[in-house]
Amino acid sequence: MAPKVKLPKPGELSQIDFKIPATDWMDTPVEFKPGTYCWGAKEKDLLTLGLPNPRQWSPADEDWKIPEGWETTILEGMAERLSKYRSFKIFMDICVRCGACADKCHFYIATGDPKNMPVLRAELLRSVYKRYFTKSGKFLGRLAGARELDMNVLKEWWSYFFQCTECRRCSVFCPYGIDQAEVTIIGRELLNLVGLNIDWISGPVANCYMKGNHLGLEPHAITGNIESMVDDIEDITGIRVNPTFNRKGAEIMFVTPSGDLLGEPGIQTCMGYLMLFHELGLDYTWSTYASEGGNFGFFTSNDMAKRLNYKIYAEAKRLGVKWIIGGECGHMWRVLNQYMDTWNGPADFLEVPKSPITGTVFENAKSTKMIHISEFTADLIKHNKLNLDPTRNDHLKVTFHDSCNPSRGMGLLEEPREIIRAVCNNFYEMPENTIREKTFCCGSGSGLNASENMEQRMRGGFPRANAVKYVKEKHGVNMLANICAVDRAALPALMDYWNPGVGVTGVTELVGNALIMKGEKERTTNLRFEDLPGKGGNE
Amino acid sequence: MKILFSLISVIVLIIVATLGAYITSLHYAFGIIIPYVALTMFVGGFIYRVVKWGQSPVPFRIPTTIGQQKSLPWIKQNKIENPTSALGVIVRMAMEILFFRSLFRNTKTELREGKNGPELAYGSAKWLWLGSLFFHWSFLIIILRHLRFFLSPVPYFVQLMESIDGMLQIGLPALYLTDVFILVAITFLFLRRIFIPQVKYISLPADYFPLFMIMSIATTGILMRYFYKVDLIAVKQLAIGLATFQPVLPEGIGVMFFIHIFLVSVLFAYFPMSKLMHMGGVFLSPTRNMISNNRMVRHINPWNHEVEVHTYQQYEDEYREKMKKAGIPVEKE
Amino acid sequence: MELFFRDLLKERKSAIVEKWFDAIIATYPMDTSGFLKNQRDQFANPIGHTFSNGIESILSTLIEGDTFAEGLPFLEDIIRVRAIQDFTPAKALNFIFMLKTIVREELEKEIRLGQISSALLGFESKIDDLALLAFDIYVKCREQIYELKTDELKRMTFTLLKKANLMSEIPVQEFEHNDQK
Repeated sequence: MAPKVKLPKPGELSQIDFKIPATDWMDTPVEFKPGTYCWGAKEKDLLTLGLPNPRQWSPADEDWKIPEGWETTILEGMAERLSKYRSFKIFMDICVRCGACADKCHFYIATGDPKNMPVLRAELLRSVYKRYFTKSGKFLGRLAGARELDMNVLKEWWSYFFQCTECRRCSVFCPYGIDQAEVTIIGRELLNLVGLNIDWISGPVANCYMKGNHLGLEPHAITGNIESMVDDIEDITGIRVNPTFNRKGAEIMFVTPSGDLLGEPGIQTCMGYLMLFHELGLDYTWSTYASEGGNFGFFTSNDMAKRLNYKIYAEAKRLGVKWIIGGECGHMWRVLNQYMDTWNGPADFLEVPKSPITGTVFENAKSTKMIHISEFTADLIKHNKLNLDPTRNDHLKVTFHDSCNPSRGMGLLEEPREIIRAVCNNFYEMPENTIREKTFCCGSGSGLNASENMEQRMRGGFPRANAVKYVKEKHGVNMLANICAVDRAALPALMDYWNPGVGVTGVTELVGNALIMKGEKERTTNLRFEDLPGKGGNE
Repeated sequence: MKILFSLISVIVLIIVATLGAYITSLHYAFGIIIPYVALTMFVGGFIYRVVKWGQSPVPFRIPTTIGQQKSLPWIKQNKIENPTSALGVIVRMAMEILFFRSLFRNTKTELREGKNGPELAYGSAKWLWLGSLFFHWSFLIIILRHLRFFLSPVPYFVQLMESIDGMLQIGLPALYLTDVFILVAITFLFLRRIFIPQVKYISLPADYFPLFMIMSIATTGILMRYFYKVDLIAVKQLAIGLATFQPVLPEGIGVMFFIHIFLVSVLFAYFPMSKLMHMGGVFLSPTRNMISNNRMVRHINPWNHEVEVHTYQQYEDEYREKMKKAGIPVEKE
Repeated sequence: MELFFRDLLKERKSAIVEKWFDAIIATYPMDTSGFLKNQRDQFANPIGHTFSNGIESILSTLIEGDTFAEGLPFLEDIIRVRAIQDFTPAKALNFIFMLKTIVREELEKEIRLGQISSALLGFESKIDDLALLAFDIYVKCREQIYELKTDELKRMTFTLLKKANLMSEIPVQEFEHNDQK
């Protein structure tokens, strides 16, 4: 649908001031411009999942084909969630609009669009809550900040709840801990009640439900992909690693986001896992059924997330493993840390994770029985169980991007840093207010890493890229390390646009490069088949 | 417009109060009935709201972690901002409630581009923290100070508080510091709502109204203490009467008092149905008041209902041949 | 450029920069809350910072420099931001032409007195050159947006292509390795 080209009047374009008079946010209609929104959810995916209102539709259309009586559906949905989530109820009630969160959102910082201020994004929903669920809103209406629910409001919700990456940065600064992620999660649940999702979420969710992973890799494709990584590892190190699949009786099950199984630089991170586990002689298995650590269901609804997450414990039980290691991923760890046990636990058929190499017992995971690969590796490094040659990473000047969810939904801050310091000689931190718990989102989280919304992603990621640019100029940083599959998929584009020359890597890839394996041949290239510093043919 | 509406509402209230104060026959209503009604609405409404909140369960343990988790023994955990013990949570909540920790987070000094190269600057949010802190603490102290009207003899801590509050010993009666602080702070909070464009943009009448109310209450209180003096003995008589549920209405209390107590009554009655309930809500916020021990202790969701799942059996049935070809073990040959 | 004109510009530089900055920010109708304009911290407001930092350097090179090389990275920074912000190409690049109007307004008195007309014309030609450069950069950025999409697809499907023997490691390097061995 090409936008109609309107010929400007002479002089119109060169006028200095075409500022539109500021309108109140309730009077500013939402616009859908190409490049700034994702495609709508497909009919077939909603059918697969048994979600409401499957149909073909496009957000650019005037008619979104929402069934009659949708207002009742939404309002009943709100009532139900108000009675189920204290968080939702409290967050609707107690905001004083102090504005502390306003300039903490990466989307707001990069667009200046006030509806991207967390407080106003919440107010989009809060205004409807006030109108239908509070006395003051019923009687005072707009004076109390209340408004009617109509189609424009619904479209506005869809637009702005899919412009929030659920990163929780605003929640850090809010004096009451109001978490916009929580509001967005509920908002998206409500939208899903009338069939409003985005294709980039509902597609992977349908895949994951039926095939076990977001990418829709069938069992033989998973083993095939890993086989080809095994071949590459053999080319590089001369060692053939032997991963097993769906093997009963293994001690450990390993679950990682499927993004690590396909596409760069995810596969190099995956090669890192394979090499590390082989070198340790770990008794572990992959699963093709529980082949997804991530959970795009979390971006759809609580129920959907639980339906996908079910597979991890179910598979661990079927295979009879003792405990589980999870790979590098962001929202996956929010889900595993704060939701999995509640949904699908108790995992009383598993044992408290105990590293067979160091003997460390991971008491911090004594209920979920699942630990993060960074916790596992940091423990190995502390006990000097790995033979490492950090000079192999000497051509890299590394900085570390804290992914939103591990930092603000878990607190995994030091473990990856310890690993990086052990495997790299050049590590530089970005400015303090852009890392750790104050980290900026990649701009593509919570299911927004589609390609049709590329401009939106470049905007949302700008504050992060800007901080990388700072260390790039100051220290010559050329590699952005992270522990998140969405980061590995989304940051390369962000870096190419804002900071050309800065690469993206998973932390375990760095480990794989530095790891000296027993009996390996002299390595001439890294896991990307690039010449190693001082050892390659061309240097 | 939003500001004007709130301002006019408060002015109307003041006019009503003034009328009430001048018409002696209404004194009983303004001095006794309305305060009781307001108190009932406040207590009842407050409890109602908190109970309503309490009725909704907390299905998931969702603390916002603002520091290092507890994991490996040699990695230093942030025991307050990522608490794994009840004590940690108590400290975290105390920091939040007593010192507005999260607002303070904003206040780090920053290097900025100045006219002559980079310069150190302080974020405006630090002012928000300071303003809020002064406002809330002054408000609390002022309320506690008022206990001297309701209690006889006046408890020692109230006397102590008064003497500290009035330690500058300026004027007679002595000037209270908190009177000054609250007026300055609330003026600041009001001005930032007007002058910071973002905050102005998000502000609603419901944000200005309490500001104007509290401003008027503080002003009438100060006027009454220093300028249009009222008969304090009569006031105390009335207050103790109210407190002991044996209300008496002494003669000649003074006009300003009735305006003051009417505005206070309106604020109290308004409190439970407004954003002022953040006073209660802050204690219940799940992102702050929960122990971050998710992987150590299972959190129970009371409505954790069954969901439809795709079992391994269904999966294997669909892919058995492909799995066998790829050498993946299967349950059924 | 005439010395007098150059000095004049130097003297008014900060006023011009300020007006220019305001004019650019005014192209953000969405900034109804005034965030971009008022917050100047490099990390809290990267966009405002990119603009204020960039236009100052651009103006300096316009005034001082014989070539435009020094100002180019700053120009690119600004355009990179505007290329992804929902502007039509004309509106995205309009800020350069604004400079003409601003300079004319700022030097109105001198222009009326006829002191600087030829130098001003020279200066404006430089702004035109700048605009042409900006056009190149803008188009490059927009092309890149589309490249990013295809690159991302390539990264995603790399393994598949390799497995299907549709893509292989670049053989040239292997030859080189063999040669050395």
